[in-house]
Amino acid sequence: MPRLSEIQDLIAGTNLTPELDPTQINITGGYAGDMLSDVMSSAKSGQAWITIMKHLNIVAVASLVEIPAIILAKSNIPEAAVLQKANAEKICILSSPRDTFTISGILYKLLNPDY
Amino acid sequence: MLDYAVAESDMAEFWYIRPGYEHAVQKHFKNQQEPEVSLESLIREKDFNEAGKGSAEVKNLLKRLGVNPDILRRIAVAAYEAEINVAAHSLGGAMLSNIYPDRIHMVFLDNGPGIADIEQAMMPGFSTADEMVRELGFGAGLGLPNIKKNTDALHIVSEAGDSTMLEFLVFFNNNGQ
Repeated sequence: MPRLSEIQDLIAGTNLTPELDPTQINITGGYAGDMLSDVMSSAKSGQAWITIMKHLNIVAVASLVEIPAIILAKSNIPEAAVLQKANAEKICILSSPRDTFTISGILYKLLNPDY
Repeated sequence: MLDYAVAESDMAEFWYIRPGYEHAVQKHFKNQQEPEVSLESLIREKDFNEAGKGSAEVKNLLKRLGVNPDILRRIAVAAYEAEINVAAHSLGGAMLSNIYPDRIHMVFLDNGPGIADIEQAMMPGFSTADEMVRELGFGAGLGLPNIKKNTDALHIVSEAGDSTMLEFLVFFNNNGQ
């Protein structure tokens, strides 16, 4: 099971929630999507969520579904209040310059090395 | 207190009961048992920063009570969708959560303007959400279907121009017993 820090290195990610340590977060899979209802319906606990959404509700959704990490594609950076809330909810937020498709591919390859 | 009498009037109504749960659902509404715990919170129109707090509060309480994680997730998702619906589509309202030893009954009541066609609103992909709501990642027309998918009973009473009452039941055991 990869740690979030391995993913962070591969996607040139910046940890926007430095109080949370990506080397201590295990990632069981991934889900990509910007429609919150779809994520709530289909993402699974323990997965990293890749999205371009950056408003406060992403933290609420991640918390409800027990997603430990949100990866913001295309260098999206949320407001301080979002990061504060994420810290409080122990949801690590990474920002990557790559787009959703690329991040998904990298994460997929890492999770399925034999594919 | 929220008024259940509306369900008996001639307003537009939608009922869904998960197959196998008919008896348990009927028993819930017939017995009018006192809940062990009740939580209430307000939902303000278009306040997407606050919307979700009520659901989080319920989720945290149920977690402390030791509700199974899969069932907890179903309740949390249904509650959050319903809370967002009130914030996104209504003039504001309130949510009431009644917790019993074996189930939760949640009621969402808003101040209008009502759902014109409930059957249509239940169809995946149908949405009347405005641009602001869509930009936030809501409004895909998946909210009500998501609530239905995650609950053991769903009941909606509404009328165009009037308020909407949405209530659902989720049992903590998979068999509803």
